[in-house]
Amino acid sequence: MIVDYLIVTGKAVFIWGFALSLLPLLIWFERKGAAFIQDRAGPNRAAILGIRLAGIIHNIADVVKLMMKEMMIPPHVNRLYFQVAPLIGFTFILAAFAVIPWADTLIVKGREITMQVADLNTGILYVLAITSLNVYGIVLAGWSSNNKFALMGGLRSTAQMISYEIPLGLAIVGIFMVFGTVQLNEIVRGQGELLFGILPKWGIFIQPLGCILFIVAAFAETNRNPFDLPEGESEIVAGYHVEYSGMRFALFYMGEYVAIVLSSAMIATLFFGGWQVPYFPTEKLVLTADTWLKVLLGAGGVGALLFAALMFFFSARVRGRFGDLREQEGNVLGVIHVLIGGAMLFFFSRTFGLELPDWGARTVAAVVQVSSFVGKTLFFCWFFIWVRWSLPRFRYDQLMRLGWKNMIPLAFANVFITGLIVLLIDRM
Amino acid sequence: MEAIIFYILAAVAVVGALLLVSLRNPLSGAFALVSALVSLAGIFALLNAEFVFILQVLVYAGAIMVLIIFTIMLLNLNKEELREAPVSPIRLVVTIGLCAACAFGVMKAFGNIPYLQGEIAEGFGSIESVGALMLSDFLYPFEVISLVLLVAVVGVVLLAKKAI
Amino acid sequence: MGAITIQHYLALSAILFFIGVFGVLFRRNLIVIMMSIELMLNAVNLTFVAFARYTGTMDGHVIAFFVMALAAAEAGIGLAILVMLFRNRTTVQADDLTLMRD
Repeated sequence: MIVDYLIVTGKAVFIWGFALSLLPLLIWFERKGAAFIQDRAGPNRAAILGIRLAGIIHNIADVVKLMMKEMMIPPHVNRLYFQVAPLIGFTFILAAFAVIPWADTLIVKGREITMQVADLNTGILYVLAITSLNVYGIVLAGWSSNNKFALMGGLRSTAQMISYEIPLGLAIVGIFMVFGTVQLNEIVRGQGELLFGILPKWGIFIQPLGCILFIVAAFAETNRNPFDLPEGESEIVAGYHVEYSGMRFALFYMGEYVAIVLSSAMIATLFFGGWQVPYFPTEKLVLTADTWLKVLLGAGGVGALLFAALMFFFSARVRGRFGDLREQEGNVLGVIHVLIGGAMLFFFSRTFGLELPDWGARTVAAVVQVSSFVGKTLFFCWFFIWVRWSLPRFRYDQLMRLGWKNMIPLAFANVFITGLIVLLIDRM
Repeated sequence: MEAIIFYILAAVAVVGALLLVSLRNPLSGAFALVSALVSLAGIFALLNAEFVFILQVLVYAGAIMVLIIFTIMLLNLNKEELREAPVSPIRLVVTIGLCAACAFGVMKAFGNIPYLQGEIAEGFGSIESVGALMLSDFLYPFEVISLVLLVAVVGVVLLAKKAI
Repeated sequence: MGAITIQHYLALSAILFFIGVFGVLFRRNLIVIMMSIELMLNAVNLTFVAFARYTGTMDGHVIAFFVMALAAAEAGIGLAILVMLFRNRTTVQADDLTLMRD
């Protein structure tokens, strides 16, 4: 009984830690990725005692700045709503991670541990409900600021979010019809089979139109370029954020990135196989677990050693150029990775002749599945960033027209055609 | 444990409803109603109605109330609050107390209804059972309600347009 | 604290319903009247779901679903009427809408 509570708490803490530790990584991705796309160097000045780490120190600088800035409450705002709005914007989105499956059900010593915090019967509808509640953060922020630009930005953003909830929901009705369930774990399990014998039965191969509609609607729901008119800095003076400063603004900012992680996780789960490794359903993974363990440790060790060699090469190239600790950066990273690589190769050599018990094999399978899921999520986070810096912004009327007049009929057509095909396949 | 959760959720619902009818500012009343609806969704979850719980949050608190709040903000209807006389709290409490006492008395008069820990089926409240029932026994209302929603959408577009 | 019986749920539903009736009868602002109607519909939903739990059948859930869909349609049309009213009269107080009186 107490173990059950501990397991659930552990899963919740893991999710919280994952979502929050992905934030600095995403902010760094965003800045360096933007710079890469725009053919420039990106931020590389923030330093601790001379160590620059290619711009990751900027995140620490950001956090310190945002915490130290005065959290001003302008005199003309509605105080209660002003203070509550960023809290809503940040915490509700974190709650939506509860139903996302990270791996198949882990069976350890007779106890079945589902790799989701809550295996709700209504699966995806819970995520849709939480994203509906998220609109209140923006509504409150826009209204309480008592500022024409903030109100306009807030109302536009609210209208955009509630308009794009419809294509978001309709685009995945096709997935429900094909897999016959709304529970996310079952949908991911269903994506393990093979389609026509060669392709894995991923959502994107079964529902290409649904996938495109869902991705576009996810961009609109998170207020992300090309749909970020309500918070664009040049059009509407940052919209509903304009009166916020300091940690409150940081909460909105972090809430937006957590929404990006959530949307990427949803896209990966629904359309790209979730935790499935292609051509390796769970049973096959458990059977070949010792091979996977060897592959992981061996490849990890070799990769770490190669990275260490790269770091030493880099440090040799910059010797004497700067006068401070930056020259030692490569050396320090190199030594750390040599140690990691050495440890991994040591354990690799120990796995020969090791007989994995059943729970060990299942744990290795779960680790492989979790890393597959995390890899897919990170790819889609990168995709969000990539699109942001590649496409121009939609104007507001173009945005609403796209949502209501183009995406909803397409989504209905998708539902209709999918229904017909499912019916015909069942009859045959 | 269930009793504590029920009393907390019921208290939030009743307080939210009372704030709705007694606060003069319609926007504050709307937010009070949102919290009342979300706690009502929690009570649905206590009654093993998982699908209705999700629907309540998704449809009522997430769509209908957003629409109402959006309209209040768009038309700036806050200014109306000064024109209304404040609701007398004594009147409120006496009225509600009397009516609730009547209702409760009527229910007690119905005698011994056994406790609620009845047997429920395996998939009670799940989305599959609601769907199965809706497409078999309730097929006609299901079709009619889609027509009702269509008429409502057309009606709203027609009513709110500035020029026909 | 004893077990929570169906009377508790029914009592809560009755209290919420009567608060809604109070709002409809004694408030003058049309939006508050509309929200009180939504509150009444929710109280009725609670009754349906409580009885569904008591009898073990699912009909109450399906009817609650229909009530919610109807409430959404009614809220939409009510708000559209309100917006038109506001455009023509710039008021949403029921006291000011006396054109058809006398």
